[in-house]
Amino acid sequence: MSLFKERQYLRVHVDREPDDSLWMKCKSCGELVFKRRVRENSNVCPSCGEYFFQTSQERMESILDPGTYEPFGERLVTDDPLSFVDSRAYRERVAETQAKTGLDDAILIGRGAIEGIPVVLGVMDFRFIGGSMGSVVGEQISRAIEAAVADRRGFILISSSGGARIQEGMFSLLQMAKTVTVRRRLAEAGLPFVSVMTYPTSGGVEASIASLGDIIIAEKGAMIGFAGRRVIEQTIAEELPAHFQTESFALEHGQIDRVVRREDLRTELALALGFFVGAR
Amino acid sequence: MTDERTLDLLEAKIEELRQLNAIDGMDLSKEIARLEEKLAVLRQDLYSNLTDWERVRIARHPKRPYALDYIASVFSDFYELRGDRIVGDDRALVAGLARLDGRPVALLGQQKGRTTEENKERFFGMTRPQGYRKAKRLMDLAERFGFPLVSLIDTSGAYPGVESEELNIGGAIAENLETMAGLRVPTVAVIIGEGGSGGALAIGLADRVLMLEDAIYSVITPEGAAAILWKDKERAREAATALQMTAPHLLNLGLIDGVIPEPLGGAHKNPAVTSAALKEALVRHVNELSAIRLDQLLAARYQRYRNVGRYTTRAADASRGAP
Repeated sequence: MSLFKERQYLRVHVDREPDDSLWMKCKSCGELVFKRRVRENSNVCPSCGEYFFQTSQERMESILDPGTYEPFGERLVTDDPLSFVDSRAYRERVAETQAKTGLDDAILIGRGAIEGIPVVLGVMDFRFIGGSMGSVVGEQISRAIEAAVADRRGFILISSSGGARIQEGMFSLLQMAKTVTVRRRLAEAGLPFVSVMTYPTSGGVEASIASLGDIIIAEKGAMIGFAGRRVIEQTIAEELPAHFQTESFALEHGQIDRVVRREDLRTELALALGFFVGAR
Repeated sequence: MTDERTLDLLEAKIEELRQLNAIDGMDLSKEIARLEEKLAVLRQDLYSNLTDWERVRIARHPKRPYALDYIASVFSDFYELRGDRIVGDDRALVAGLARLDGRPVALLGQQKGRTTEENKERFFGMTRPQGYRKAKRLMDLAERFGFPLVSLIDTSGAYPGVESEELNIGGAIAENLETMAGLRVPTVAVIIGEGGSGGALAIGLADRVLMLEDAIYSVITPEGAAAILWKDKERAREAATALQMTAPHLLNLGLIDGVIPEPLGGAHKNPAVTSAALKEALVRHVNELSAIRLDQLLAARYQRYRNVGRYTTRAADASRGAP
């Protein structure tokens, strides 16, 4: 019954090399597609609907009204509080990832508008050490929430994270406590928080800020869960259901409100936020 | 090199001599005293310079006192409350009311099993959504009646399984964190053994966070970190050191408020002494926190968690990060 075979997660190719050609071949349907069309289509194949990886910069662009994105003034970089070295030094890993991605850490935050509705938007980036949440990501989410409270705007967080940043040890774990603590300020101010879960939203991010949206939306093709597939398989020593931890699994088990195609996310967010404009 | 087995042998030897001494009326007291002195020196030598990995082993020691042991020795009148009111009752997290030095408190404790039977019942001390939701009930109850909340943390982590995911374990942890962040009563958490990642933090976002001297608290197990970062499970020792997961390290990093001393060799060497130290610390911290006005308590808690993290600010540069 391959006709009904459910595709699991969208494929993520995070090591994309910069490439100046105008055309690309879709890995799913093999069609040669015009790159600008793909980009304009939220990195979804115009031919078959396959999702290509979307960077945080591309997401910002595809969701916010053109020309409205204002990144926050201050740039933050991790202090490497444990002077952590595994198979290589954390500092080196960070510096190399910064150079490769043009990001300071695994999140972009800024003000902007979606169909005219002012918002503060945070977008996590899986390319940066698996989108993991360390001191910088936690601080940026906190600042984003504080800015939303100060400007009386809604806050949107688009998650793409494997969980806590191991290399910052307990500082990372406590970012869960930090973001959740600050998130309460939005509720106290009567401002909405829309959490968007994409591929993947797991571990410490899923078990904190991402699960606390007033509205939780999953992007089609998302992976949503606390423990990784491999960890669970090792614990229970059995195969997991095919759609385990997909967006449809999360929807079926009452963990999210809605599933949205990436191309429709912008419209969806405007629709959702519209209910809260002037609500309080 | 001294190891634990040498100490055990020596201890057994001394005990044997003591019995001979008693039976035959022969005077071995000099010999016993000499050996006891030697034992003390060796013990000091072995335990006073513990490596991080040795502390991990003590934190996981099968004879280490567990939550229910401390609940019996530190508190009185423990009155267990069970069930999450939705799915079931998680035996890996016990909850209830108790008295601490006479004062009623709401109590949460993560409980491991000692026997195979017990471990089956208690899921090896790994908390499931049912447990976190029961904890949430107790948090709400504590707030409603003004009971301080005490958490005794001891888990290798939240239980990873299909049912856990179906019951939204991540969401349950997140909700506990949110509840504790705003809980309008004093809260104290003590890591008594293993503080395993989000599964531990879920009942640990407290006004005071304490650790027993040989407890560990970490974002990931040393084995997990070794597998992910070194691609080699065997390098857990290195990972344990790199992660700075022991009580002295975390005190030094400013992430916990106090270390409760354990006897040489760990809590299991003298549970009574450990219990007394734990009780003293709990009573002192609960009393201190109870004397603080609620708005100040909540403001201090907010600042504590708002400000955790280490980063450096760079000057603005419009060219970076822009789409």
